[in-house]
Amino acid sequence: MLYFVARRLFSALSVVLATLVVTFALFFIAPTDPAAAICGERNCTQERYNDIRENLHLDRPKVQQFAEYTAGIFAGRTFETSGVVQDCKAPCLGFSFKSNRPVTEMLASRIPVTVSLVAGYSVLVLTIGVFVGSMAAKRRGTTADRVLMSSTLVLSSIPYYIVALMISLYLTILYPILPRGGYTPLSESPGKWFAGLLTPWLVLGIYSCTQYARYSRGSMVETLSEDYIRTARAKGLSDRVVTYKHALRSGLIPVVTIFGLDIAGSLGGAIFTERIFDLPGLGNLVLSSLTTYDLPVIMGVVLVSSVILVTMNFVVDVAYSVIDPRVRLS
Amino acid sequence: MSDTVRTVDAGTASSPLLSVRDLKMHFPIKEAAGLGRTRKVVQAVDGVSFDLRPGASLGLVGESGCGKSTTGRMITRLLTPTSGQILFKGTDIARMKEKELRPFRRELQIVFQDPYSSLNPRQTVSNIISTPLRVHNLVPRGQELARVQELLERVGLNPEHHNRYPNEFSGGQRQRIGIARALAVEPEVIIADEPVSALDVSIQAQVMNLLEDLRRDLGIAFVFIAHDLGVVRHFCDEVAVMYLGKIVEQGPREQIYSAPQHPYTQALLSAAPDLGTIRGVPPKERIRLVGDVPSPIDPPSGCRFRTRCWKAEDICATQEPPLTPKSKSGPGHRAACHFAEPKVDLTAATA
Amino acid sequence: MTAPANDASKGPQDAMVDTVPSEGGVTREQRNPAVASRERRTTAMSPSGETPYLVVEDLTVQFPTADGLVSAVNGLSYSVPLGRTLSIVGESGSGKSVSSMAVMGLHDRKRTRISGSIRLGGDELVGLSENELMKVRGDAVAMVFQDPQSSLHPLYTVGNQITEAYRVHHKVSKDVAKKRALEMLDLVGIPNPIRRFKQYPHEFSGGMRQRAMIAMGLVNDPKLVIADEPTTALDVTVQAQILDLLNNLQKEFGSAIVLITHDLGVVAEMADDVLVMYAGRCVEYGTAEDVLARPRMPYTWGLLESIPTVSAANERLRPIKGLPPSLLSLPGGCSFNPRCPYADRVKGERCTTDLPDLLRVDGAGAHTSRCHLHDKASIYEAEVAPRLG
Repeated sequence: MLYFVARRLFSALSVVLATLVVTFALFFIAPTDPAAAICGERNCTQERYNDIRENLHLDRPKVQQFAEYTAGIFAGRTFETSGVVQDCKAPCLGFSFKSNRPVTEMLASRIPVTVSLVAGYSVLVLTIGVFVGSMAAKRRGTTADRVLMSSTLVLSSIPYYIVALMISLYLTILYPILPRGGYTPLSESPGKWFAGLLTPWLVLGIYSCTQYARYSRGSMVETLSEDYIRTARAKGLSDRVVTYKHALRSGLIPVVTIFGLDIAGSLGGAIFTERIFDLPGLGNLVLSSLTTYDLPVIMGVVLVSSVILVTMNFVVDVAYSVIDPRVRLS
Repeated sequence: MSDTVRTVDAGTASSPLLSVRDLKMHFPIKEAAGLGRTRKVVQAVDGVSFDLRPGASLGLVGESGCGKSTTGRMITRLLTPTSGQILFKGTDIARMKEKELRPFRRELQIVFQDPYSSLNPRQTVSNIISTPLRVHNLVPRGQELARVQELLERVGLNPEHHNRYPNEFSGGQRQRIGIARALAVEPEVIIADEPVSALDVSIQAQVMNLLEDLRRDLGIAFVFIAHDLGVVRHFCDEVAVMYLGKIVEQGPREQIYSAPQHPYTQALLSAAPDLGTIRGVPPKERIRLVGDVPSPIDPPSGCRFRTRCWKAEDICATQEPPLTPKSKSGPGHRAACHFAEPKVDLTAATA
Repeated sequence: MTAPANDASKGPQDAMVDTVPSEGGVTREQRNPAVASRERRTTAMSPSGETPYLVVEDLTVQFPTADGLVSAVNGLSYSVPLGRTLSIVGESGSGKSVSSMAVMGLHDRKRTRISGSIRLGGDELVGLSENELMKVRGDAVAMVFQDPQSSLHPLYTVGNQITEAYRVHHKVSKDVAKKRALEMLDLVGIPNPIRRFKQYPHEFSGGMRQRAMIAMGLVNDPKLVIADEPTTALDVTVQAQILDLLNNLQKEFGSAIVLITHDLGVVAEMADDVLVMYAGRCVEYGTAEDVLARPRMPYTWGLLESIPTVSAANERLRPIKGLPPSLLSLPGGCSFNPRCPYADRVKGERCTTDLPDLLRVDGAGAHTSRCHLHDKASIYEAEVAPRLG
């Protein structure tokens, strides 16, 4: 098990490193000139342009820029804008000249928001989604099964953003059944944190829940017809134990696989949700940075998202090996 | 089909149709070991040699993992052997490229075990059988259907059912379709890989009889792969017993069944549940092997059977016994054992 | 099911009264189950274990399908005393597995109709609620399945699965259950039980897996073991080991065994009694000796003639012609009549119009068969037996 985790950790780190290289390449080696982008079209003098280039160290060789950027992540570095020296402590992800702050500082407050959002979403789909699916599978062929499955089909055929907007409009503003979305740090007040995120979670999760219910129903129906389920019943175990202990463990495997693939998508969904509920997360930050061409920020967000992604994939991998011992033993 | 009858020329009996020499199949596998991986080799088949005369039938018997099916797949070149020769009428096809291999593919056909998974469920029977006809340009355009119906009749199916799909047939009938597909190209050798083991007893006998008719009427030679000793005894003139990738005993049917030399063959025969036990015949001497077949990844040194053998001595661990004739054996009967001796009382009612 | 007195319900045991030697001082006198069950109603259960432990009477199992009601098992009756093995033989679709699943109550209740009677040590199982059946399953009756590879849960350790089976029926701590599981692993001949306890099924070989499966089945000391093709997925030499193990365990614990198989060789080596099924019905029932050496039903003859045996040297196999019928459209009269080579010897159209009753082969014995032929004994001796060699 330890070796398995170590191997996975190693491969996770290499993915992060690769992302670092690729993002760097995309933004700084790409044909668009970041300095010109930052400088803007109007009132961009040659002098200001050169200044930006120098500040961003864009006049140096690309390899050196990359080395400096990478070194900054581990050791911190300094930037100089208009004669003022800005200190950027490790882990330094660059310096935003638009807002005159180190990128790390800008991200620091926003990461917990997005992580909270995605974590809640994951819990939601993996509990409610899987539970509804298992319930339908256990009662397959009955009216309950048909009602559950057709309602998930109806829900999932409405585009996600429409559901999201409708919920936020009707259930929080017109008929305030659900608390309004907003972010309070967990450390400050867990109750407020939960209340503020509840609606965003539901909005982000409800659509995926319907899909996960269908995945898990399919997977559970298959598992319930396995020989070892018959064996479990022959032992004298109750239906509940058979379904939720014996069948669910195997039935979860394909669901977890899909979940692993789906994490990137959920980060994308998080951007929408943050926008709709105006949560101060990474998604909102990246949207505003895109409009202002704040390249260091965008790059930082991409890098941090990739770390979140890789971490979650690592968690999924480990979860996978906990569910299925054959994964780590072979 | 009468025009396809080949007379088995007595003169060719000395020159084999198919010769396999020192055939090996080693599959490399990777295993996680600590932080890295180690490469290991599964010795699925390790030095198998035999001859098949025209119209003859050779049985390859053994338990799972002995390499009998892998051998069959190599002969039909569904697998490329790691080393060794497969001489078909004197030409070595073991390492041939796909293009050169094509004419030989026609001569060497295979019938698989599972009639449910070896037929494409989305093709009609007619399509399944006529595809090889088209691939090898055997029948003029427009006459495929007639040939398909002729073949269906030959294997005992209703020729009018050519437009049906495999799922409309029972297991035994599907196996007949598989046989018709193999027959379509008029092969000289059919490799039958457990052709009846997925079928019910009464159906099994029907398919066995069909195969026997084909062998007699069309002079097709068979390599018959099976784990069922009764089926092999019934169908094969010559039997090779395999254990962990090697042939441990080989010889004419009667010799193998009535005077087996190798302890493993003796154990196999003794273990086979036999109706003879209740037909008023005293129970046979029982040999019960201990444990399971060892892994082919790290086979035992020397004689591979020694870990389960009651006769094993020190020499068995150090020296691999060659497959040679033994002092008390009849002609053509060879065994790979340092302590081979015939045992005659293993099967209850030897006629 | 009151006072069943028809011939079919009688076990073959009464024929065995003088042929079965007494073992370990216990006289294994066999009785008519009908008599026995009548006795049981008035007196307590016989402590000597001589009465049939499992009595199945007129069992019918039906599945409603889109094409109509399928009777997978039709009017099946048999009985098994403790310490004896009944082998149910038949081809796929004959109803042999379906009937034993019914004994375990494993069929989906919503999709199955079960009628008749299944009595286990005198207690009726048909009509019990799911919760009541759960207490019987795995405790008094255990099942060993065909393919140990797919019948063991791949994600739980072998030890975990065995202890779970024990703790369902015994309210004991994990440690006690573990001790019991280790004992069972040792009993079924798994070397190094402590290490094996912690391993997963995929780390076991086929034979070891089936041993673990048997250990799991026997952990609660069941009085009845239903083994559904327990060796079909195994190699010949391993099959022999497992059959020996089942035999030895039966000697030790004296449980009743119902062995479901298609392999007549296995039947010959294992069974005391044999029941042959065809298209959902019992077509022949008797002691192993009666059914295998003096069969009285053309289907049984056909099965015997179809097998290429290791010892027999018969050259041409004589298969049963045709295919087993679809359960949705059984032929009229005897279900076997379209495939029966002897049907033309019965006067008139009886084979195609009247379903033959399961009748005693001779006046006295318990050997029964379902066939209209009058001179079954002479046909067998004169025509079939010589072909069998």
